[in-house]
Amino acid sequence: MSAFGLMAASVVLIFFVVPDDADQGFSQRIFYFHVPIALTSYVCFGWGAWKALLHLWKRARGADLESYVAIHLGVIFGALTLLTGSIWAKISWGHWWVWSENQLVLFLVLFLFYCAYFMLRFSVEDGPARANLCAVYALFGVVLIPVSFLAIRLAQHIIHPVVFTAHGPRVHGVMLLTFCVSWAAMLALFATLYHVELAGKRLDSRLRELRELLA
Amino acid sequence: MTTAEKYVAAAYLVVFLAVLAYVFIIALKLVRLEREVAELTELAARRRAEDDRQPELERVG
Repeated sequence: MSAFGLMAASVVLIFFVVPDDADQGFSQRIFYFHVPIALTSYVCFGWGAWKALLHLWKRARGADLESYVAIHLGVIFGALTLLTGSIWAKISWGHWWVWSENQLVLFLVLFLFYCAYFMLRFSVEDGPARANLCAVYALFGVVLIPVSFLAIRLAQHIIHPVVFTAHGPRVHGVMLLTFCVSWAAMLALFATLYHVELAGKRLDSRLRELRELLA
Repeated sequence: MTTAEKYVAAAYLVVFLAVLAYVFIIALKLVRLEREVAELTELAARRRAEDDRQPELERVG
């Protein structure tokens, strides 16, 4: 419910309250969804890696499934980042994709790395070996997150805008508020989908056990 | 509608459709789980009925 409320608030702020950007005009409004989605995908991958670490370190029950669900959602948010980013690139730069831009390519590498996670997961038989392999893979992937994040700041060709610098944000007032509400909405959406998918998977697993018991 | 407005609308539509597709997939999964729960309930009820009938058969035998 909070996710729905925040989403509605962010849509109202984006389309009816926030002013047009002086440089990019109306098209800059994609920023209020594109950047929060990208940051949420980092959060998903980070959460997945944390759960993977808990699985390897403390053998926490259910941590493997939680890691898998977080990475699954991270890939969905990652795909949305690439799609919304491409649309924004087309209107701002005139191209859907620019291969010479390291930050774009690095995000694609991060996305493909986590796509390959599913190939690994579904090619190994269910059991402790699969859980351990997936946990190690998820932990390796988390290294790419700071690289991808910093690439936007370290890139030599500054065509990808940097909004949050070491000296503070470059947007103020209602623009900053809109961005914060949009990010909160995306995080709330992630939390909601994470709990719903996790509950479904747990129920599915218990039903399978019950079916085996009754068979 | 300007070109900028069309692109912004397309970006938002992509996000909206993705969330909608996800909710639809989750709904399908819920329907499947509901059906499985019904099947298992029926199976458990049948087992119980068989177990209740067993002593009667033993007495008759």
